[in-house]
Amino acid sequence: MNQNPKIQLTNRSKVVSNKEMTFMERLYLPAILKGLYITMSHFFKKEVTIQYPEVKRPVSDIYRGLHVLKRDDEGRERCTACGLCALSCPAEAITMVAAERTDDELHLYREEKYASIYEINMLRCIFCGNCETACPKEAIFLTDRFVASETKRNAFVYGKDKLVEPKDAPIDISKRQTAEVKTFKLDKSKSHNK
Amino acid sequence: MDIHFLTYKLSLAGGILLLSLLIAMYATLLERKVAGFFQDRLGPNRAGTFGLLQPVADGLKLFMKEEFMPANADKFLYILGPSLTMLVALLSSAVIPWGGNLNIGGVDYSLQMADINIGVLYTFAVVSIGVYGVMIGGWASNNKYALMGAVRAASQMISYELAMSMAIVTIVMTTGSLSVNDIVAQQHGFNWNIWTQPIGFLVFIVCAFAECNRTPFDLPECETELIGGYHTEYSSMKLGFYLFSEYINMFIASAMISSLYFGGYNFPFMDVLGVSPNWITIIGTAVLFIKIAFFMFVFMWIRWTLPRFRYDQLMRFGWKVLLPMAMVNLILTGFFKLLFK
Repeated sequence: MNQNPKIQLTNRSKVVSNKEMTFMERLYLPAILKGLYITMSHFFKKEVTIQYPEVKRPVSDIYRGLHVLKRDDEGRERCTACGLCALSCPAEAITMVAAERTDDELHLYREEKYASIYEINMLRCIFCGNCETACPKEAIFLTDRFVASETKRNAFVYGKDKLVEPKDAPIDISKRQTAEVKTFKLDKSKSHNK
Repeated sequence: MDIHFLTYKLSLAGGILLLSLLIAMYATLLERKVAGFFQDRLGPNRAGTFGLLQPVADGLKLFMKEEFMPANADKFLYILGPSLTMLVALLSSAVIPWGGNLNIGGVDYSLQMADINIGVLYTFAVVSIGVYGVMIGGWASNNKYALMGAVRAASQMISYELAMSMAIVTIVMTTGSLSVNDIVAQQHGFNWNIWTQPIGFLVFIVCAFAECNRTPFDLPECETELIGGYHTEYSSMKLGFYLFSEYINMFIASAMISSLYFGGYNFPFMDVLGVSPNWITIIGTAVLFIKIAFFMFVFMWIRWTLPRFRYDQLMRFGWKVLLPMAMVNLILTGFFKLLFK
């Protein structure tokens, strides 16, 4: 107990009054009517609900959501399975198996080496975007799409079938990869890229 | 009793039954919608347009659920509880005049199931049986929370029934009749009882809330303290019966409030409209249902505004506030009746 009532840690404490209620207060009816008025005023307010599958909440231009593995202009996968994304990943969510490109796969993969298996565990991923920063081939990007809910844990391990962008429906990442970002990233004079 | 009369009564009874069930069904949807709007949400809107199929989906879900019966429950009473609640909820609709007379082919058809001369007493009797459904259900569940809920329900209903009766006795005093039909008929046009009995109305509506176990008087089933109260151990359609009967009760209570205090099927300027009596009856029925809908909305409005009473507050309010208030109202009414007659 505080011995000296004048000493207070904060000045936020209030003196509570235990005064008798007046007749009007004891009737409760004015207070009830006031409450009814408040609820009724909310009845006509605009609902805050966003009806998700039909209406999507607007996200920022550089929102970090579900990853995409980009293709180049000729539709070849950019990823060369260097493993820098997996190395940079703080949650250790990324795993991959590299393979060598054969001569009849020239139209499929841009580099001589490619990822035959590329998996991101969406339950581990913290969507920090370090993989994107680390990628020297501009292959992985975070997009404004969401990771859908699943009923099985294994379903959250996304393979190449879900990560690589479809050939006929390229995914727009121009908001995250602006010209400034690209020049900065590819600038060999900067220490991060030496 | 000729076959003609029998068909008329049976179809009227069937109509009222179906209508009560339909209204109760959609009252559940309305409740959730209204709750949503009061909380700046939308309420259910996935099943059908505006969620119109939601009650069907809910009912279907309840039918599909596992029928659970506690091991040591009294099987007979356990089933009797919800059945009785449902039965009693539906019974009281018999004496409510749903409209005036329809004249078809020179014969008058009353839109009231039974115009018994003790209609008000009948309603009381039926409503007080309602507590047995809750008590029996709570007792038969063999569960301490259910029993607590049942005990609360019993004491709550007893304390509020008295004040409710006194509020209606004043109506009976001014009307001079125990028949609901007479009471409604005397409020012809705009001479509604609410103008002469505002205190009585206040007491009655508070008691109606208590009788229907609606917030702020939903102590028998309060989730925070008693899990589910008297229906803790119930599942599937037995639980559905309990929940459903609450909405039927609400519908009947709204109908009673409209009939006793707000003129039932009477509406202002009904004599100067200059249309045939049949049309007056039809419009009157529509007006009655508008009044009922309004009071059901008030039930929901109050529910999503006020918190639940504490148990001792509830008892104190019933015995020390409502009952004296009803008594004073009774005495005042008698006094004025002597003075101005």
